[in-house]
Amino acid sequence: MAKREYSFYPGCSSQKGASSSNYLVSVQTMCEELDIQLNEIPDWNCCAASIGYAGGGELPRLALSARNIALSEEHNPGQDIVATCAACWLATRETQERLQHDEGLLAEANTALAEAGLKLRADAPIKHMAEVLIQDIGYEEIGSKVKKPLEGIKIAGYVGCQTNRPFGIAGESYENPKYLDKLVETLGADSIPTYEKKVQCCGGALAFSEPEKSQEMIKGIIEAAYDHGADMIVTPCPVCQMNVEVYQDQINATHGTKFKMPVVYYSTLMSVAYGRSAADAALNGQVIPAKKLEEIAAK
Amino acid sequence: MSDMNTAMIEKYRNSFLSEVEANVEEGEWVKMCMQCGVCAGSCPLGNAWEHTPQKIFMMIRAGKRDEVLTSDSMWMCTSCYNCIVRCPRELPITHIMHGLAHYAKRLGIAPKEQPTAKFAQLFWDNLMKKGRVNELKLGVDLYFKVGEGMKTAMKNKDIGLAMWKAKRLNPMEFFGGHSIKDVSGLHKIIAKAQELEEARIAKHGG
Amino acid sequence: MADDKKFAGFICTGCGIGDRLDAGQLEAVAKREGKMATCQQHEMLCSKDGVQLIRNAIDTDGATHIMIAACSRRAKVEAFNFTDVAMSRANLREGVIWARPNTDENQETTQDMADDYIRMACAEVKFMTKPHASGEQALNKTILVVGGGVTGMTAALETAAAGFSVHLVEKTGALGGWAAKWHKRIPTRAAADGVLNGTNVDLPMPMDNDVDAMIAAVQGSDKITVHLNSTITKTSGAPGRFSADITTESGSTATENFGAIIQASGWKAFDASGLTYLGSANADVVTNVELEALAKAAGDGPIKRPSDGKEVKSVVFVQNAGQNSKEEGHLPYHSGIGDLVAIKQAMYFKAQNGKDCDTTILFDNLRTPGAAGEDFYRSGQQQMVIFSKGKVNEVTSAGNGASVSFKDQILDEDVKLDADLVVLDLGMVPNSGPNPYAVTDELEKLPFQERDKHKAEVEAKIASVTIESILNLDYRQGTDLPHLVNGFTDSHFICFPYETRRSGIYAAGPVRRPMDIKQAQDDATGAAMKAIQAAVNAGQGSAAHPRVGDLSFPSFRKEGCTQCKRCTVECPFGAINEDEQRYPQFNESRCRRCGTCMGACPVRVISFENYSIDTVGQQIKNVDMPDEFSEKPRILVLACENDAYPALDQAAMSGQEISPWARIIPVRCLGSVSLSWVTDAMNSGYDGIVMMGCQRGADYQCHFVRGSTMAAERMMKVGDTLQTLNLEPERVIVHEVAITDIERAPRLIKEMEEVVEKVGMSPFKF
Repeated sequence: MAKREYSFYPGCSSQKGASSSNYLVSVQTMCEELDIQLNEIPDWNCCAASIGYAGGGELPRLALSARNIALSEEHNPGQDIVATCAACWLATRETQERLQHDEGLLAEANTALAEAGLKLRADAPIKHMAEVLIQDIGYEEIGSKVKKPLEGIKIAGYVGCQTNRPFGIAGESYENPKYLDKLVETLGADSIPTYEKKVQCCGGALAFSEPEKSQEMIKGIIEAAYDHGADMIVTPCPVCQMNVEVYQDQINATHGTKFKMPVVYYSTLMSVAYGRSAADAALNGQVIPAKKLEEIAAK
Repeated sequence: MSDMNTAMIEKYRNSFLSEVEANVEEGEWVKMCMQCGVCAGSCPLGNAWEHTPQKIFMMIRAGKRDEVLTSDSMWMCTSCYNCIVRCPRELPITHIMHGLAHYAKRLGIAPKEQPTAKFAQLFWDNLMKKGRVNELKLGVDLYFKVGEGMKTAMKNKDIGLAMWKAKRLNPMEFFGGHSIKDVSGLHKIIAKAQELEEARIAKHGG
Repeated sequence: MADDKKFAGFICTGCGIGDRLDAGQLEAVAKREGKMATCQQHEMLCSKDGVQLIRNAIDTDGATHIMIAACSRRAKVEAFNFTDVAMSRANLREGVIWARPNTDENQETTQDMADDYIRMACAEVKFMTKPHASGEQALNKTILVVGGGVTGMTAALETAAAGFSVHLVEKTGALGGWAAKWHKRIPTRAAADGVLNGTNVDLPMPMDNDVDAMIAAVQGSDKITVHLNSTITKTSGAPGRFSADITTESGSTATENFGAIIQASGWKAFDASGLTYLGSANADVVTNVELEALAKAAGDGPIKRPSDGKEVKSVVFVQNAGQNSKEEGHLPYHSGIGDLVAIKQAMYFKAQNGKDCDTTILFDNLRTPGAAGEDFYRSGQQQMVIFSKGKVNEVTSAGNGASVSFKDQILDEDVKLDADLVVLDLGMVPNSGPNPYAVTDELEKLPFQERDKHKAEVEAKIASVTIESILNLDYRQGTDLPHLVNGFTDSHFICFPYETRRSGIYAAGPVRRPMDIKQAQDDATGAAMKAIQAAVNAGQGSAAHPRVGDLSFPSFRKEGCTQCKRCTVECPFGAINEDEQRYPQFNESRCRRCGTCMGACPVRVISFENYSIDTVGQQIKNVDMPDEFSEKPRILVLACENDAYPALDQAAMSGQEISPWARIIPVRCLGSVSLSWVTDAMNSGYDGIVMMGCQRGADYQCHFVRGSTMAAERMMKVGDTLQTLNLEPERVIVHEVAITDIERAPRLIKEMEEVVEKVGMSPFKF
């Protein structure tokens, strides 16, 4: 039996052929090494992220996450819900808290869920995978599994927005969270604690609707990483990962920069440090290859 | 102008603040703003907002109903939550902005060609079809309905290609794609939620 | 007398003194040059054993004058507390070994310093006598409280609770003052612990007015005698023996004696009649004071507007009306509590006129001081009181109600807002008596050179305004308490509230600064405690703040006095009257022992038993003066014992170096520094003089309020003296030093070292 078990909410973008499918692959590898069993919530649905508000009112949006929580309570009783996507975690946890504090809303949500034969208690803890790592497992155990320390790699810890605000990880400050830096150090790489863009917004969903404004912000995030001599950026959020990685050619074309900065997930780093193959770490999922990680994985 | 909008104007003639309080998600917090302006200074797209959150709160109190609801300011919110964690009065500013945007849309007075408003609606419609987002369709819709069609699509084709190479984009998604099993159950839940919410607002509007 | 004196010296070798210094040499200096009859060393003089050594010398050997060479006079004051002898202290620890680096090349100058401090302490004690009370004192346990508002009543009740008696004098026919007229009170407590942030939570609300209960308590107290319709027509005497004439409206006078006095004369509302641009002539524009009457008249029902009795459905509060403004006829200060008052009054409308009553507060800078402050603001917001940051330009009217034109400072636009009623937030004006220093204070705003020119004009201007006296003091220095700024009676806001420049008379409540009921109650309690202390101290013949317990008091040699009156004018505390022959008459219990009179006296006839022209002058003279070619300059530092001297002690403790050429003498106040010390020092070859006093001016830090100012003025004339000696004026400098200037104070001495290097050694070294 696995050492730890969680009810898992993977989210739309992690599905096969979707934008963060590589994230899921590396998370699965990482969990194997850490002896974590993820029990997927059966028939989970989209959480509407934080951009569903035009079409969805408050209650319909809450109902989406309420359905996922109810399904988890029914099929994975007693298990903490864990999400890997920042938006999924945020929407689910926000729903949970809002319903806990507003009896009227909870009653309405349950009326809606009853239409599909579901019922909600809204009492299971909702965690981001980073919380599982930092709070449930801890740096010591994470470090003890390292087989190939990521020596000589300098990594900018880009925390972004929604894994940081409004809930935060491990009670760290919103202005200067340090858990990614500590994780980077634990894996044997060099962190950049003074990376000033670590909580800068990448534009989120507005990367689609307001590309120029968003790319301006993304440019700053990458530029600062270069200024600190980073070899790559690590992030815990699929939207951050995609926005910061895939628009670099467009930014280069607009601003005359020469960005080619790999952006990886913490789970990618951990899979490589734990001695797993490039495929297990989903390094083939990089649009901008993380060569230094490939080298270590090949050793 | 929708009928509901007319009804709301009638009911809250003297106090837009009361209207926001009753009908907008987390709207009861607006009165607690102390006008320090930290939200305005914390917004990553702050300079793109015609009216910063601080001003929107003041405008609501000053009864500037049309100016607020037809503004495209709220649609500039990236949901970064910086304003929420910094607000000394702990106002859920991000949610209030979403709530105002949604309320304007519901009343039919949100700006028509606002790209984020359109994208946000597309996103909702997309996820509603099968219970999960179909990224490819969302992307294609985005370029043809929000952007400038082929031009935008061409500009982003390299990205699509790169994503496909990295197995993070699947052209087959266009024909079907991921879905939940109990789509009809989900639709019933959402329909009920919408019904309950509309009844609540109609009560205030009547 | 001299024959009765027996001198004994004690040198402590603890704390490293014995390791760093040649104690044998110190002992030799004390005996041979300092003329100590005996001098003993002890390895830890402040220990029980060491203290007993001194005790024995006094009790068994009959020592009358002792010199203790150990740590700073500010350290070990409890161990070295010998009140039955005259005592001086040589500061070898903070003053020498901690202030100098422990290296061989510094050894000689360090020992020089220590030797000098021994010489100085021996010289000082030789000219001291043991202070003793005059014996004229008696304890008077009755306190006079002037003013029957919340402040006065609280002071009376607190005084009575401490077992003292009170005469409470109130000018009007009823107790209660302004507060009795208020509909409700500003809340005094923040939200309860555990009340979460929210939009519908339990936040502080206006409190019921409980002034009636306070009036009943005053009337029910057998220790409080209330005099209604009465004023003080004469006050004479001093702490412990004040005598006051209490005169009724009908003219009958009762004379009572008091130990101390509390002035709680309160405030007046600013006169709004000049604010015509704010619609002050409009019936539906009321002041915040007038609104209380409207609200009270309405009971729990809706408040009605004055013009036609219509129920108010919209009200606008105009904050900061005619205050915090540089405009002519406005108050230059902000009363601080006006926004709390407006929030309270806005809530009257929400409670009495309905939740749909539009209630807008137009503020500039919203200030909500006090425990409930921010929570009370939130409480108002929670009830949908609208707060707008706006600058009001005009209030106009067409028929009933009024229209407020303002600039919305958040939305940056001009707005016109109609309302049934407009409420103006007026400032609080202190109800002080005439300022005895009105002319001086006014002139001091001008550059020094221009003061004489404008004197007559300022005098005429001040004489043209009649202000009714409150205390009618028969002091030479005026009838009432001096003002600090803007007509408020003086007191130091931070360090010593309640203290005024008239010893034994304490100001409390809004006469001191604008405040609300709760603050006035706290203030009155503090003042009551100070008044009781003053009466008790006066009963023992000892000083009040800041030299609490000092039994010495100034005396003067009548035969030398030229009746120049400078001492009577310059005493910051009005302690010195004139007798029938026009000689100064010291009221010892009014005296705070600062020595400003001593510094003022041109003929040097004023002295204290333990502090005089000689006790300092002889220290200056007994420093060993190396010759001009020795490359060992000497810098005299006269440091105020309240701030500068402790700052230098602190500097040494924290490892800062102090110039080896400095010889530091603590003085009670820079105001006590006699010009003769400066000339004597220059004549005996000092190369520079650094004087360190406290900050002066309206935001003074001077513990004696005016001492530092007086010193600065006197020292302006020192340049002439130096010129007659043909010396460079930069050899003498006066600095303002705060107790926190731990790094700066030693640097200032170092700067004088550099000046001496530049201008050369003094040619007066004989």
